[in-house]
Amino acid sequence: MELYGEEIGSRLLLGTAQYPSPQILAEAVKASGTEIITVSLRREGADGAGTGFWQLIKALGVKILPNTAGCHTAKEAVTTAQMAREVFGTNWIKLEVIGHSDNLQPDVFGLVEAARILSDEGFQVFPYTTDDLVVGEKLLEAGCEILMPWGAPIGSGQGLRNPDALRAMRAHFPNVPLIVDAGIGRPSDACMAMELGMDAVLLNTAVAKAGDPALMGAAIAKSVEAGRKGFAAQMMERRDMAVPSTPILGMAVFD
Amino acid sequence: MITIAGAGVAGLCVALELARRGHQVTVFEQGESLELNQSSHLAGGMLAPWCEKVSAPEDVVRLGAGAAEWWAKVTEVQRTGTLVVAPPRDQAELRQFASRTEKYEQLGDNRIADLEPDLAGRFSKALFFDQECHLDPRQARQDLVRQIEELGSEVRFGEPAPERIDIDCRGGAVDLPELRMVRGEMVMLECPDVTITRTVRLLHPRIPIYLVPRGNGIYMLGATMVESDSWRAISVRSALELLGAAFALHPGFGEASVIETGVGLRPAFPDNLPRIIKRDETYHLNGFYRHGYLLAPAMAQQLADQFEQEQMKCAS
Repeated sequence: MELYGEEIGSRLLLGTAQYPSPQILAEAVKASGTEIITVSLRREGADGAGTGFWQLIKALGVKILPNTAGCHTAKEAVTTAQMAREVFGTNWIKLEVIGHSDNLQPDVFGLVEAARILSDEGFQVFPYTTDDLVVGEKLLEAGCEILMPWGAPIGSGQGLRNPDALRAMRAHFPNVPLIVDAGIGRPSDACMAMELGMDAVLLNTAVAKAGDPALMGAAIAKSVEAGRKGFAAQMMERRDMAVPSTPILGMAVFD
Repeated sequence: MITIAGAGVAGLCVALELARRGHQVTVFEQGESLELNQSSHLAGGMLAPWCEKVSAPEDVVRLGAGAAEWWAKVTEVQRTGTLVVAPPRDQAELRQFASRTEKYEQLGDNRIADLEPDLAGRFSKALFFDQECHLDPRQARQDLVRQIEELGSEVRFGEPAPERIDIDCRGGAVDLPELRMVRGEMVMLECPDVTITRTVRLLHPRIPIYLVPRGNGIYMLGATMVESDSWRAISVRSALELLGAAFALHPGFGEASVIETGVGLRPAFPDNLPRIIKRDETYHLNGFYRHGYLLAPAMAQQLADQFEQEQMKCAS
């Protein structure tokens, strides 16, 4: 899979918040085989640049995708992105502009505005968006080359609430990398997203809050791989009626 | 004479443990008084190993199980247990907490009302960890100093440690490999309208918020966990989360006075467990994370054992 010109092997992206300890985070990253992790600048203390935690994150040796989690306006998100570029030395930014505090859904208007500003400043934007096709188009116009639709509200673990919308997105944007971000709660959710033809999944809580995060990281990595292979292998269509797997030819005829 | 740097909970526990074993100990504390050691001064003082197990490794339970007994010989320990509740919309958190911890009893609304009459009717389910305790960290460290002095050792305030030191417990002031800081913010409330007699944890998807009664209507409310080494004053977001939790626990806290806010930096290693490290001629005891009062007794005993063994080796 290619993201902004970079060849990425693993189709699982992991968040780094809420783990019991940095050591368990490191074990989960390793077990999952992920090549991209997201890091929140704002939540981990905007003025704590160079903290020990970031040193540990950098030492994991995977690509860092800083995010603007917790930002509620385009302006806030732009400032956070600029700070992230300084701290982590990357043009990549996972853009979150939160619109509602209960379901943490994206403010798609602020999102498009921030995406335009950041793209103009040379950022490579990974926008956390809804499954709305028109918003997707606006984000592409604003300069994004990737779309990250939600599966369900952040941290809810509800899985894919609207698979039809994701299927429509896949059909509408056949050549844009689509990454399901938010809502994945268990391995089967991740597998389903990949079966729908998504290019990757991004998740955090499902692994971080599992009883054994490293084991869950490994499990979800396998399910992502299974779903992707299933999609590539072209799954059979569902039917209403049974179709015998064994041919009728050669069976005795009684009348 | 054994020299110890730092009069936080770790340094004082090691000092007392060694003094009890008959050693002459001197603790050097750069600060003029006990209040200046932020992490130990602002701590919750919960001795709650079984609740901590929800996100901490088994070692925390193993090392922390005997803490209450150790502390009871030093200071007043409140053996009133921990009550764990969750707001109606976060009942899934309570189920998950129950599945990952042990030594609790599931309570319905009647038992909750028996234990904490002021919470009657507010929560339909709770977990009760009856073996857990808490202490007042500010009183506890004063009592530690007093006992150390009674045993003929001393704690020197306002005096930086000499270059050569036997045991270093200075937390974040020492540069140890992999040691990082985890910021914690807390508030103290004065609320004569609400009476809660034991530690209450209110589950929350992001941070576990706890309320520890200090007596006379004073409550300690903590604590955030932010991966940052910033000393700036408590953020609005954190204050909102903490105070919102108190209000969710009982609306009577809406009338409480915020009498103190505090920020401390907890030293931690990547596995969030404390370590004893021997470097050159100095033992380092550090990385207590959010488990200073819980784990300091066990670690102090371990360190005292190691120290004495080494001395015996040198003597022979």
